[in-house]
Amino acid sequence: MIAAHLPALQIVVPLLSAPLCMLLARRRLAYALSLVVCWTAFAISIMLLGQVLEGGVISYRLGGWAPPWGIEYRVDLVNAYVLLIVAAIGALVITYASPSVAREIGAGRETLFYTAYLLCLAGLLGVTITGDAFNIFVFLEISSLSSYILISIGKDRRALTASFQYLIFGTIGATFFLIGVGLIYQATGSLNIADMANRVGPLGESRTVQAAFAFMAVGLAIKAAVFPLHFWLPNAYAYAPSVVTAFLAATATKVSIYVLIRTYFNLFGPEFSFEVMTLGPVLMVLSIAAMLIGSTIAIFQDDVKRSLAYSSVAQIGYMVLGISFATVLGVTGGMLHLFNHALIKAALFLALGCLFWRTGSVSIEAMRGLGKRMPWTMAAIVAGGLSLIGVPLTVGFISKWYLLLAAIDSGLWWISIFVLISSLLAIIYVWRLVEAAYLSPAPDGAEWGEAPLVMLIPTWTLVLANFYFGVDTRVSVGVAEQAAKFLLGAGS
Amino acid sequence: MEWPGLYNYWIVIFLMMAGLYIVMARANLIKKMVGLSIFQASVFVFYLTMGKVAGGTAPIVIPGDQAYSNPLPHVLILTAIVVGVATLALGLALIVRIKEAYGTIEEDEIEKQESNA
Repeated sequence: MIAAHLPALQIVVPLLSAPLCMLLARRRLAYALSLVVCWTAFAISIMLLGQVLEGGVISYRLGGWAPPWGIEYRVDLVNAYVLLIVAAIGALVITYASPSVAREIGAGRETLFYTAYLLCLAGLLGVTITGDAFNIFVFLEISSLSSYILISIGKDRRALTASFQYLIFGTIGATFFLIGVGLIYQATGSLNIADMANRVGPLGESRTVQAAFAFMAVGLAIKAAVFPLHFWLPNAYAYAPSVVTAFLAATATKVSIYVLIRTYFNLFGPEFSFEVMTLGPVLMVLSIAAMLIGSTIAIFQDDVKRSLAYSSVAQIGYMVLGISFATVLGVTGGMLHLFNHALIKAALFLALGCLFWRTGSVSIEAMRGLGKRMPWTMAAIVAGGLSLIGVPLTVGFISKWYLLLAAIDSGLWWISIFVLISSLLAIIYVWRLVEAAYLSPAPDGAEWGEAPLVMLIPTWTLVLANFYFGVDTRVSVGVAEQAAKFLLGAGS
Repeated sequence: MEWPGLYNYWIVIFLMMAGLYIVMARANLIKKMVGLSIFQASVFVFYLTMGKVAGGTAPIVIPGDQAYSNPLPHVLILTAIVVGVATLALGLALIVRIKEAYGTIEEDEIEKQESNA
């Protein structure tokens, strides 16, 4: 009985727990509740993926109203996979959160943090699970509004301006998406994505549909921080509390990328997106620019969080590159990197959170001698860094490998040169950390000692996942490949 | 369609561009929020226009041959207005905290303080 309602529970549980968290008003209770809720959401997402692998697409009618009139939650392989990523990161990050939140956010605001966190999780899961275009907008705004709060909840005053800037950009992006939905509703008279997809095809060369596509593509690109619309990202990630950065970096942009994929391949169909609108070359050029420029700027940052934020811009470039090929291999690479980058960046930002917990700073300066002062934290940073570069046996290698295969498969072997250059640049910015941590002596009066185990265990779980999925690729590659086939098959 | 037929859409485009321009061109954070609200309002008008059927009434079943306006976009936009209000409130709350932290709400002065720090 419960199994049939899993799609609704996936959203309702975190959404309803959020206000409950605020009513509890005790930080320990709020933490315990969030912990239970996030792990429940994770369990539900595993069960959903299982159901989809077994029985195919799940269509859940909210309130019993049949689609296309009612709101439909539609779970197929693509979003079951994304749900799993988001829920897994959500659960691991919340486990880690307690000590870090206590130190970085301060008394009185902690329950608010957990409330906003659960809301944000519910919003992100909602964007992913729903099959209704307007519903995507609503959930997108739920997750965005709560993420503005999360970013500005810390003690750093620069987070306020970063959050404000994100609010402006994010609202413009979401409103663009809304305009796109409106235009396509005008053309098709439907809001259900599957239904819209059937009706868009026969319209052919419609200016309304083309305008809708343009608005949605640009709006989502802002939310996903696709170069050159990434300006809100570095500051927001650099000044937000560590927990928030880890959570958002691993989930928020990924979910937006997922919606992009959904719009390109499902709603409008690959033919319209890549032949009529010639999206391929545009995305390709932008993603290569993102890889090179993002990685280069990352080298010159003294704030490690900021450096990794710019590296995120570059990594989003990899995902977009995969999409731009519009082939099964390319989209597999893009989806894989979506999964892998979530693991990499969550591990790295959580490790930086440990560093901040102990030293109160994440500058390169604060990392001097860290190899001896916090050996486990530093080892996690190095392992994450290796994965970021794409060393074999790590997940970073797997997704880059698939992107290279896709490039060669599409006859665009020269793209692999840019991927390689960007990886070399990644070596430089990771090496700077290694150099500071292992080759320079600890400054006088530096803090020694590790972060608490509650923080180290989730960090290391993610680090080990980086290696596990780098060796045993059956699950990650298998599902990504099937999802890509599904996406490209469904549109033709 | 003759000129007044698209009258509403011209208004939408004008408001949209005006809103976006204010967001980009003004350094004062409150003015930015005003611009953002105008921009969002233009989209509300766009949805309302889209649902209107010429000569149509509210979709209530009454005897006789009637044309009805499409209620769906109107209901959708109620949701979007709520989202807009929430965004505006959050934006203004952030501005209050920015004012407390920096003592100003002018973007260039905030930037000056940040580059000095």
